[in-house]
Amino acid sequence: MDFNHTEDRVMLKDMVSRFLADNYPLEERHKAAESSEGFSREKWQAFAELGLIGALFSEEHGGFGGAGFDISVLFEELGRGLAVEPFLASAVLGGGALAQLGDQEQTKLIADVIAGDKLLALAHGEPDSRYDYSHVETTATADGNDWVLSGRKAVVLNGDSADQIIVTARNSGQSWDEDGITAFLVPSDTDGLDVRGYPTIDGLHAAEINLKTVRVGSEALLGEPGKAYPAIETAIARANVALASEAVGLMDICRDMTLEYLRTRKQFGVPIGKFQALQHRMATVLTEIEQARSAAINAAGRLELTRNEREKAVSSAKALAGQIGRLVAEEAIQMHGGIAMTWEYGLGHYAKRLIMIDHQFGDVDFHTARFVEFSRQAA
Amino acid sequence: MDLNYSDEELAFRNEVRAFLNAELPSSISNKVKTGKRLSKDDMDRWHATLNARGWLAESWPVEYGGTGWDAVQQQIFDEETCAAGAPRTVPFGLKMLAPVLIKYGSEEQKEHYLPRILDGSDWWCQGYSEPGAGSDLASLKTRAVRDGDHYVVNGQKTWTTLGQYANKIFCLVRTSTEGKPQEGISFLLIDMDMPGVTVRPIVLLEGTHEVNEVFFDDVRVPVENLVGEENKGWTYAKYLLTHERTNIANVGANKVSLEHLKHVGTQQKMRGRPLIEDPVFAARLARIEMELDAMATTNLRLLSSPDSEANAGPMSSMLKIKGTEIRQALNDLTRRALGPYAMPFVSEALDAGYNEEPIGPDYAAPVSKEYFNNRKITIYGGSNEIQRGIISKMMMGL
Repeated sequence: MDFNHTEDRVMLKDMVSRFLADNYPLEERHKAAESSEGFSREKWQAFAELGLIGALFSEEHGGFGGAGFDISVLFEELGRGLAVEPFLASAVLGGGALAQLGDQEQTKLIADVIAGDKLLALAHGEPDSRYDYSHVETTATADGNDWVLSGRKAVVLNGDSADQIIVTARNSGQSWDEDGITAFLVPSDTDGLDVRGYPTIDGLHAAEINLKTVRVGSEALLGEPGKAYPAIETAIARANVALASEAVGLMDICRDMTLEYLRTRKQFGVPIGKFQALQHRMATVLTEIEQARSAAINAAGRLELTRNEREKAVSSAKALAGQIGRLVAEEAIQMHGGIAMTWEYGLGHYAKRLIMIDHQFGDVDFHTARFVEFSRQAA
Repeated sequence: MDLNYSDEELAFRNEVRAFLNAELPSSISNKVKTGKRLSKDDMDRWHATLNARGWLAESWPVEYGGTGWDAVQQQIFDEETCAAGAPRTVPFGLKMLAPVLIKYGSEEQKEHYLPRILDGSDWWCQGYSEPGAGSDLASLKTRAVRDGDHYVVNGQKTWTTLGQYANKIFCLVRTSTEGKPQEGISFLLIDMDMPGVTVRPIVLLEGTHEVNEVFFDDVRVPVENLVGEENKGWTYAKYLLTHERTNIANVGANKVSLEHLKHVGTQQKMRGRPLIEDPVFAARLARIEMELDAMATTNLRLLSSPDSEANAGPMSSMLKIKGTEIRQALNDLTRRALGPYAMPFVSEALDAGYNEEPIGPDYAAPVSKEYFNNRKITIYGGSNEIQRGIISKMMMGL
């Protein structure tokens, strides 16, 4: 066992941290978040040039990383910087699914993704699927060499700026079956693909996607028909490692801001950190953050193990991220008092992101139930 | 970052397993696994077995007879010994006094006492708390007044765990009433068989005799039994409380407790199905398992971090809080898993050699007793509220 990062990852961490500190002030982040796409193309290019997108792909796909700890190191820093650029949508989810499912021709696109020239999104969740990974009701019907896709996709992260959207659809089986799900690589300007983009409360962008008999050719088919589920599950596992790690970065910032506030804010003639009612709650926050960090490390380190071990570790990390994220966000706001309620102070933006992470790819209750399910399978 | 054991660590684990297989008597491990009471002989026997193998003093430096193990090795040893049903070693001499003597004791004290801790000649107990000094330990009143080559000690200590077996007690005593309360405390080693020392049992809420009151009535203690400097005892006491961090989170014991709970959950029935299939119970169990899995990593991460010595205070406090909370959650859910069979309590059923038919399932007898007994763990060693105070003060610097 070794709890130190490799030299390469320490360098990656330092580089991202320095870049964000020097080039990513909160005002610019807000400006990017409020722009039409919800992020800065210029920053995205800069991230690409630093090699940060490539860090999320294996060498086999033209990157130079792609392991669990590459994801966790990068996303923890992105969390600290409150970055809004589409690392998760384009590289981890879209790129992750494409890398697993695509053939030689299709995966050529990954080079453009790594270069920052092309954006991907994964359109998987649906209005009624909630967090269920295998609930797909969008239909895929073969018609000669073509496929016709019909259905709706919900809250597709950065779906409004993607050049190509990976759409999952069912060509056989019942709504919840893992078998029978097929993935397609669909250019966003395809006829019948209606994308309605919108901002989210935590400063990101997502889209509702309506597929009205979208016709695509065989070149859009990713992998074997009906067999996309394992790749989707793996992409979501990697996304959850990213989210759990991003949450840890956000928690660190909330902690630091709150500690500083407790040291300096005076009421009743003393710094409020002198009050035991706040001291004990802050000690709980500090202790729990270390638990969230450990769970994220466990998940990152177990991504390459068996499905059962991977999914249990991922659910554990995401459940703790959700539970502890809420504790940290709510306590940070409460201990700050009124100032935390303002747009300008900044804390609230970290808190919003921290809370919303629980709404992406499974919340505390979902992952607790999923952990139970995989524990039962192992027994 | 690598969460897998290295080849060396796996080899070490095999070595530990082989040792436990060969040397841990089943008469003892059966008692541990079924929650039966251990005798003093059981504890002495296991102590001697570990000592013979050189594995008794896990965290001492090698020069004093310690193992020289790193954090991961200590964790492996903890998990394997717990899983095998080995008793915990009695910590007072090994894990509390010894580190203080090694850091602050005189050469004579180290040479005299450390070997006697290892070979079992001395059984130490701890004289810290007093009836009026619990969480506010520095308000302790037991006086030690210098009289020639002796200190004359008068006062009372309480919550003295296993004091009934001990021949020695290390005490915090007041040698000065000047200045801040912390500045007048000294660290004194006292023979329990000295005239004027009286031990009285305290029976705990679940009926066990585990702790005692110790009274000192004009006890004459030679001055060479003072550790370090007079009036510096508070520094040593704080060192003692933060130094022994390896097992503070009790990862090994918690893992055993979790497995036991799962076993209980598969045996107990609800509407004809194993309780563990009930979604509410399963979710409660999952939450504890997830917390424990994270804590095992938190434990190793904090213990193996390069600045671990500097952060000893808040780190050991975090580990103590989390470890005890998880243990209590396990005890609580195991008790609740039993349903009505949590109620029967036949004290003799916890003694070795009890041959009557168990009331209810065979695992039921010790469960509620352990639940009640383990309410102590968030109180002793600095209550979890005191730990939170330590964390926040160190992190906030106020």
